[in-house]
Amino acid sequence: MSAGLLGIEPLSRNDVEAILARSKYFQPAKGQTFKRLDTLRGRTIVNLFFESSTRTRTSFEIAAKRLGADILSITAAGSSVSKGESLVDTLNTLVAMRPDAIVMRHSASGAPHFLSRYLPIPIVNAGDGTHEHPTQALLDALTIIDRRGSLDGLRVAIIGDIAHSRVARSNIFLLSKFGVQIVLCGPASLLPREIGCIAAGIELTTDMVKAIDGADVVMMLRVQLERQHEAAFPANEYFQFFGLRPEHIERAKPDVIVMHPGPINRGREISSEVADSQRSAILNQVENGIAVRMAVLERVLVQ
Amino acid sequence: MSRLIIKNGRVVDPSASLERVCDVAIEDGIVQHVGDNLSAAGAEEFDASGLVVAPGFIDMHVHLREPGFEHAETIESGSRAAAAGGFTSVCCMPNTQPVNDSANVTSYILDRARRFAVVNVFPIGSITKNSAGEELSAIASMKQAGAVAISDDGKPVMNARLARRAMEYARSLGLPYIEHCEDLNLSAGGNMHEGIESTRLGIRGIPRSSEDVMVARDLILAELTGCRYHVAHLSSKYSVEMVAFAKARGLSVTAEATPHHFVLADTDMPAYDSNYKMKPPLRETSDVSAVLQGLKSGAIEAIATDHAPHPGAEKMQEFERCPFGIIGLETAIGLSLERLYHTGAISLSKLVSLFTAGPAGILSLEQGSLRPGSSGDVTIFGLNHEWTYDVNRSPSKSRNTPFHGRKFKGGPIATIVAGKIVWRFED
Repeated sequence: MSAGLLGIEPLSRNDVEAILARSKYFQPAKGQTFKRLDTLRGRTIVNLFFESSTRTRTSFEIAAKRLGADILSITAAGSSVSKGESLVDTLNTLVAMRPDAIVMRHSASGAPHFLSRYLPIPIVNAGDGTHEHPTQALLDALTIIDRRGSLDGLRVAIIGDIAHSRVARSNIFLLSKFGVQIVLCGPASLLPREIGCIAAGIELTTDMVKAIDGADVVMMLRVQLERQHEAAFPANEYFQFFGLRPEHIERAKPDVIVMHPGPINRGREISSEVADSQRSAILNQVENGIAVRMAVLERVLVQ
Repeated sequence: MSRLIIKNGRVVDPSASLERVCDVAIEDGIVQHVGDNLSAAGAEEFDASGLVVAPGFIDMHVHLREPGFEHAETIESGSRAAAAGGFTSVCCMPNTQPVNDSANVTSYILDRARRFAVVNVFPIGSITKNSAGEELSAIASMKQAGAVAISDDGKPVMNARLARRAMEYARSLGLPYIEHCEDLNLSAGGNMHEGIESTRLGIRGIPRSSEDVMVARDLILAELTGCRYHVAHLSSKYSVEMVAFAKARGLSVTAEATPHHFVLADTDMPAYDSNYKMKPPLRETSDVSAVLQGLKSGAIEAIATDHAPHPGAEKMQEFERCPFGIIGLETAIGLSLERLYHTGAISLSKLVSLFTAGPAGILSLEQGSLRPGSSGDVTIFGLNHEWTYDVNRSPSKSRNTPFHGRKFKGGPIATIVAGKIVWRFED
């Protein structure tokens, strides 16, 4: 087993602060294009996506390239995975080619944790099932800090399909380490009571107005129809009760930050007016994804 | 004539309310005498000084995987694992390939057992054909062929009407009806107990209610039909209460618990370790306490392992893709001593009863007693010797256990089936 980044939960506050400080360093100055560094020159990273993704995969690719690494992306469709090869065999095959790190997304919670017990090289979790998506939480934190200076004393509402969201879990673990007040909101059938117990400082509500009241940050989650194994909520009235609209914004702090991990479903969980408003930090999140992933890859690969 | 004398052991036989140091004589496979200073002339002698001598232990819930899944376990390998765990009898669940849903399969299993097993094997027939939950198996024919109970273990009978009919039929035959209590709609897609741990790990949960709903339904049907109803691997605290309630109402209801359900809770699982994945899942500490309490109070009268072998490749997968189940024959006595006896929770006699008179009573087996005339099956175990479980030395063909490397105080020393020593502890 080798140190990678499997999740936010096992990290200390100091670890998170160190990654965020390094991410700040990697943010390009305004209006400038980014120069390629040679920090990871000669290193090879395999980007292994067992689940489709555009933004996370691309973001890791760009991050790796900016650090001078060689990166190779493999998606499950068209690989040996679709020919019935087991996860362990696929990874062993790749490891035999001696990459320096593996970035991995998988639909099964714990898949990277399982592999890290057997593989000698570091694994960066780019999203495992309904468990964690650590780099998303880091880039969200960086985005909040860009606008607010710090996480101290903030109130953050996370709204949507909490039960199936790895973004929610990683954000909960991260924000909780900083004493942030976290409000989780969604249809009751997607808001398990137990999630209030996985970290400190969590409050649950099914009332969106209450959730947003006095919030510094509103994080909207994507309605993930692909993770619904059952009809856990009536989809046709979702937007009416849990979709973020301009009238909600008035209930929040005047300088509230609206975030969304993407891809957004306009008119499903967020209205276009809000998504495209001044309050929206959605594109800043995407931009910060690269800086954060550079910091993570550097941390994992440079001892 | 063959003769075996077990000398100077602490003989514990709850069926005869016996607990004292004496000798046991077995002649031609049958218990002849239990008494003091029995003559050892011409007999094989086993010195059991300092050890407990009990009727042969019965595991009423195992999966031997034969026919059909011989890569995971066979009747021979499973029976050897049973012997190594101090068991002289096992009852094998019908989820083989083909399913044990006919007299032919029952006879096949018994024939293989006669030829290859080192312990007694009692087949359990399926409730429904192919355990598909659609129509009843040939239950009476299986009984004639030697089946001792019926169960669709692993595939609970979801159709309440069919369950009712099966209970009525089983009642007329005097066969116990054993249910794996799980409402499959409530548990669908779940991979561990639904609680804080599953939420933290992002694993879909199997709620306690999936067990409770089925236990409640079945207890109502058991009252309606008057059948002998048995709950397999009881794990939920509410289900323990319901079983106790049904007993208080005078129903013919019994229950078993597995060692893992009274030793481990969901929080004991290292993240995503499939050796901790089984059904019912490891529940919360309050459930573990309730199961312990049920063993103490008599709500649960048997300890059974639910020995469920799966070969390594099947367990070397993403947690959610791994099959459910762990092996358990060799660790049952050690775990029971650790959690039930050394803690003072129950007496030695009660512990022996949970492995002997308890299951024998549920299944109407002649085994589980040392009264003269009984089958010469004896389990000899120690209370204090220290040993470490090394699954790589297991006679089982599978290695899926959370207890590899666990240190035990006390455990099986020798297993005797029909007067023959079939296994001995080697340090």
